[in-house]
Amino acid sequence: MHSHFELFGLAPAFSLESEQLERSYREIQSRVHPDRFAHAGDAERRASLQWTTRLNEAYRTLKDPVQRAKHLLELQGVDVAFETNTAMPPDFLMQQMALRESLEEAVGTKDASSLDTLRKNLKKARESLERQIGDVIDTRKDYAGAAGLVRKLQFLDKLDTEIDAAYETIE
Amino acid sequence: MALLQISEPGMSPTPHQARLAVGIDLGTTNSLVATVRSGMPAVLPDAHGRPLLPSIVRYLPDGRAEVGYAAQARQADDPKNTIVSAKRFMGRGVKDVAHIENAPYDFVDAPGMLQIRTAAGVKSPVEVSAEILKVLRERAELSLQGNISGAVITVPAYFDDAQRQATKDAGRIAGLNVLRLLNEPTAAAIAYGLENAAEGVYAVYDLGGGTFDISILKLSRGLFEVVATSGDSMLGGDDFDQRVFCWAVEQAKLAPLGARDMRRLLVKAREAKEHLTLHGEAPITAKLSTGDVVDLSLDTETFCSITQTLVQKTLGPMRKALRDAGLGVDEVKGVVMVGGATRMPQIQRAVGEFFRRDPLNNLDPDKVVALGAAMQANVLAGNQPTDQDWLLLDVIPLSLGIETMGGLTEKIIPRNTTIPAGRAQEFTTFKDGQTGMSIHVVQGERELVSDCRSLARFELKGIPPMVAGAARIRVAFQVDADGLLSVSAKEASSGVEASVSVKPSYGLADADIERMLRDSFQHAREDMHARALAEHRVDGQRLIEATRSALAADEKLLTGDEREAIQTAIHSLEKLLPGTDHRAIRQAVEALNHATGEFAARRMDAGIKRALAGKKIGSL
Repeated sequence: MHSHFELFGLAPAFSLESEQLERSYREIQSRVHPDRFAHAGDAERRASLQWTTRLNEAYRTLKDPVQRAKHLLELQGVDVAFETNTAMPPDFLMQQMALRESLEEAVGTKDASSLDTLRKNLKKARESLERQIGDVIDTRKDYAGAAGLVRKLQFLDKLDTEIDAAYETIE
Repeated sequence: MALLQISEPGMSPTPHQARLAVGIDLGTTNSLVATVRSGMPAVLPDAHGRPLLPSIVRYLPDGRAEVGYAAQARQADDPKNTIVSAKRFMGRGVKDVAHIENAPYDFVDAPGMLQIRTAAGVKSPVEVSAEILKVLRERAELSLQGNISGAVITVPAYFDDAQRQATKDAGRIAGLNVLRLLNEPTAAAIAYGLENAAEGVYAVYDLGGGTFDISILKLSRGLFEVVATSGDSMLGGDDFDQRVFCWAVEQAKLAPLGARDMRRLLVKAREAKEHLTLHGEAPITAKLSTGDVVDLSLDTETFCSITQTLVQKTLGPMRKALRDAGLGVDEVKGVVMVGGATRMPQIQRAVGEFFRRDPLNNLDPDKVVALGAAMQANVLAGNQPTDQDWLLLDVIPLSLGIETMGGLTEKIIPRNTTIPAGRAQEFTTFKDGQTGMSIHVVQGERELVSDCRSLARFELKGIPPMVAGAARIRVAFQVDADGLLSVSAKEASSGVEASVSVKPSYGLADADIERMLRDSFQHAREDMHARALAEHRVDGQRLIEATRSALAADEKLLTGDEREAIQTAIHSLEKLLPGTDHRAIRQAVEALNHATGEFAARRMDAGIKRALAGKKIGSL
């Protein structure tokens, strides 16, 4: 089985040319999508369904920074261990707790603008963490060291989902 | 009489005859059928030149059904047997339908999906929908002078798996080869996008008779990509009628109404709503069977205030869709309005204020979905010249998952995932020596299983006894291009397997469908055997054609023996085609399908290699 990167003809790296990924995705999609085989026989339709499913999964994985990093580390034999390794540096945890407190406060006071601010700050934090992960994986090739950073990024992703839910609650 | 067709120079789909394919908008209030002729999509009218078919079916004591305008004319006289808005009941139980107490039918609550007792017997909403589809199929066959090789049927984007499956079954019962279920807002986006060469991010606001959808799409040359969708499958123009109806009952101080009066007043309420689109005031007058006379006047201001909460209800899904898409209001280039209910001025105003731009109304909101569906049907039938080809990428509207310990939902495929999609997850046993596992498939966004829609339950049995947590049960979800789910489960160490296409949950098993098919043919002039024969012949011919063109293109991917085996299978099918044994033809089709399995997989691999090679040359 090819890696997701190979499927798109890309070199495995955290820093990704998203335009190139998208171009390859469309190019392959236009050849394998079930719409191209709607009048074909069962065998071709089945093959098309399998390929498109795989293609969509690969694309989704590479587009998402956490999943992309996890896939890269797995290719290097490193398990990110989202479930089992939940230990985090104390300062990071403190910061997270503070963020969640302000989230709860915003929900309590139905304050959409402070949710907006939270989201903006979160976006900045994610971008800087992503740059760091890119450096550790692509340049320093410190895969084991990257795992902790990826877990942090996943933490931030969860917070993002919680902000979404918060918007829904206050609407 | 159908006119002879002359295709435009250069547009004729040589070498082989174009396949007749149609797009069907199976609406809550009205339905339409459209096709692409000489490169242009067009709605097919009935013999009287009327494009719409009211989605109303009246059952008669002799078992026949009247559909459309004839049924509509009798709805107030025969409310119990005249089914309107059957779409609201598709894949739904009695407790799922809002305001069911205001529907004048004799409901039978069946597991999964309700049924209705009529003069012609107990009918499922699937059968009611099939009657509508059958009329549209006959209309198309008459107008196009031939058998329809395939149809695209549209569904609200926010329809869940049960509602989609019910729609596909209705198509099957109506004798249609359903090429694809297509989301209504996506169909509208195709029609709008191709017509206007639109590029960029567009929103489609689709308020139909019974459903509300909002979809956000990225349009670029040759690609329609849905990035997020949201909505409410229980909100539509009908609810506005309902509000007017309740207002009238209150104003006229009426006692609870019988079925006939209820239907009569609802019709008046709908007429008043439509009148208010262009006028400041609408009369509501009706003489009821009780002798009461309703004589009211509804002005725009009152209408807006009694329906304001309904308009507000569409804003939440709009915000959610934009959030899911990760886009702001200012990034949306245009808002396409779809569905007759978007004609209401208060809707136009609310959408305009939300997106801070005037909504796009340059396509007929009643026809745009059918036209888009016809365009997609034309592509799926293989009629579209490759240089004008385009591709559509759609998503699932609601997350799919399974129940875990404590009644919690574990999401396996999140909402807004591009389809087809597949994902597997491992689970384990809870008790020592546990040999069975019950798998409960659910759809929805909530944490608790009880707040989600139950799609199916099935059991994996024969797990070898192990200590708790030792078994490795892999549950795999597969969603196809219609948005339909199938689930399989397998225990890794023993290989014990179980699978289910998520179907029995809503109460229609294959046997039910067979029965409905038989029933539907009993009252038609058609002979079931003749139909099956015709279908399998078309199928067989199509497969031979497809296989031959595959061989012509990629014969080199096969060894001599493999080629031989495929040729033999083609020959035996070819020999059977002129015969009348539809089962033998079916079997030969299956044999040929089997013989080409490996070939198909290799061709797909080769296609991907070519795609990447092409790209590299292009980017040099």
